[in-house]
Amino acid sequence: MKVLVPVKRVIDYNVKVRVKADGSGVDLANVKMSMNPFDEIAVEEAIRLKEKGVATEVVVVSIGVKQAQETLRTALAMGADRAILIEAAADVHTDIEPLAVAKLLAGVVRDEAPGLVLAGKQAIDNDMNATGQMLAALLGWSQATFASELAVEGDKATVTREVDGGLQTISVKLPAVVSVDLRLNEPRYASLPNIMKAKAKPLATKTPADYGVDVAPRLTVVKTTEPAGRKAGVKVGSVDELIAKLKDEAGVI
Amino acid sequence: MAVLLLADVNGGQLATDSVAKALTAVAALGEVHLLVAGPASAAAEAAGLAGAAKVLHAEDAGHGLAEGLADLVVSLAGGYSHIAAAATPYAKNVLPRVAALLDVMVLSDVTAVVDADTFERPIYAGNAFQTVKSSDKVKVFTVRTAAFAAAGTGGSAAVSPVAAKPSDLSAWVEDKVATSDRPELTSAGIVVSGGRGVGSQADFALIEKLADKLGAAVGASRAAVDSGYAPNDWQVGQTGKVVAPQLYVAVGISGAIQHLAGMKDSKVIVAINKDEEAPIFQVADYGLVADLFTAVPELIEKL
Ligand SMILES: Cc1cc2nc3c(=O)[nH]c(=O)nc-3n(C[C@H](O)[C@H](O)[C@H](O)COP(=O)(O)OP(=O)(O)OC[C@H]3O[C@@H](n4cnc5c(N)ncnc54)[C@H](O)[C@@H]3O)c2cc1C
Ligand SMILES: Nc1ncnc2c1ncn2[C@@H]1O[C@H](COP(=O)(O)O)[C@@H](O)[C@H]1O
Repeated sequence: MKVLVPVKRVIDYNVKVRVKADGSGVDLANVKMSMNPFDEIAVEEAIRLKEKGVATEVVVVSIGVKQAQETLRTALAMGADRAILIEAAADVHTDIEPLAVAKLLAGVVRDEAPGLVLAGKQAIDNDMNATGQMLAALLGWSQATFASELAVEGDKATVTREVDGGLQTISVKLPAVVSVDLRLNEPRYASLPNIMKAKAKPLATKTPADYGVDVAPRLTVVKTTEPAGRKAGVKVGSVDELIAKLKDEAGVI
Repeated sequence: MAVLLLADVNGGQLATDSVAKALTAVAALGEVHLLVAGPASAAAEAAGLAGAAKVLHAEDAGHGLAEGLADLVVSLAGGYSHIAAAATPYAKNVLPRVAALLDVMVLSDVTAVVDADTFERPIYAGNAFQTVKSSDKVKVFTVRTAAFAAAGTGGSAAVSPVAAKPSDLSAWVEDKVATSDRPELTSAGIVVSGGRGVGSQADFALIEKLADKLGAAVGASRAAVDSGYAPNDWQVGQTGKVVAPQLYVAVGISGAIQHLAGMKDSKVIVAINKDEEAPIFQVADYGLVADLFTAVPELIEKL
């Protein structure tokens, strides 16, 4: 079984974001970019499936600017076999919407016929949490979102999902789209030899036109603003002072 | 035009607070019809919410699994200008699927409905807010409940049955849901959260004890959940729950941006941390630099 993993290049999760002065979005020029953390988890899971002999090949795909190559190389260095870059934008500030991403991924799925797509639960830039579900819909496939455990047996996958109130286990027919949550695994670091080896792994470049997909956005940005900041308050010297403040000043207890 | 609002049903129970808050969020968009896929008791409860014009009731066809539920929503979508729900795992599982089937985008975690086409939502873990205008024929979105007050009760909407068909693509196996007498995290007036600093699952009982003393819900940082001190659905933050209580008490939590994303709209924030440089103090109204193992027991005793 082939496993397909979409990986997104996003602002590094440690970077403090700044809104552009013209309100069109967040400033991404000269900012450290990394693989979306959830996608690292998805890549890790795919590699583990291969190590267990469940998966035969791990294909990673990224949609965006050509610099997303770096993200794909990282995935290859972790252990993915092959990469596809769909160059859909020239400006790093152009974010391709989940619906268009899902349509492009559906095109890749038609070419590659994977038995499983492992996506991240959400991209930490747009925080949309949508692409995996949309892809499953477009393909008419089953889906299992927010996975914290995954077991593939024959033509089914058993998935434990992080839901309201706790955990839910479901069984989905393969092929399926699974979106991964934080606790599924701890992604490995790529070793230096593997980073070198990844440079020789195949990376194909495509365009949205190759899949006949229109990536024009459905949403237009009216404005982007920074949230009202919170001011640091005071330090209290003791538990007694804390209780007094909460009672008399804040009136919350 | 009318709004179809998908109501959360968890373990056969209506998630009343989330649904009531979502009702407030969409009230200005038109007549609201609630879709309840679950037992008749959940539909009856939904019918009592103020602002619900009608309740569409489907006998639960498969534990709210996405495939069958999305098909149901799509079968009812004609005639609605907006399809919405509270931004919970229940709806975030389903509405993007619905949107794709309708060939429209989805908007997650809407914090303000500006007009029928324009919505505000947080991006980058709440470090920016974006107002976007949709050109889609139907608007599909989830709303961040912490941003809205709950609609009251006293409604008496008519309940009409709709037919649902479970999908054979997926099957429910088991729910492991913890029940608790404590208030719900997303609706509690006070939340006490513990982080990695608490150090062990056994010591997390200290956080729970403080919460019980205050009549509060219990939350946790990702590090506390990952370390097994607390269950996953207690996680507060960018990828957990978003809360905005009157009082939020962060104990042994450093204040990473991903955690702040879930609690920085709380009215009053208290931080207890032994590191006076911890970033949590930059957002705390009252900071206590102390070892939690002395401060929390003292707090419990003196409250
Ligand atoms: C994609 C992604 C999503 C994430 N989503 C979330 C999320 O939703 N929610 C979330 O919380 N995090 C999230 N994180 C993780 C986040 O970045 C931090 O790692 C996490 O919040 C740290 O948790 P913590 O504050 O408990 O632990 P630490 O950062 O380790 O802080 C522990 C604190 O406890 C204090 N302490 C230790 N011992 C004591 C003591 N005896 N008394 C008093 N204080 C003590 C220390 O001084 C320290 O400040 C996410 C990360 C990523 C990459
Ligand atoms: N441009 C993209 N390129 C590759 N994968 C993507 C892209 N956008 C989204 N994804 C995948 O979809 C997941 C969810 O993203 P989102 O729906 O945008 O929150 C991500 O974790 C990725 O696995």
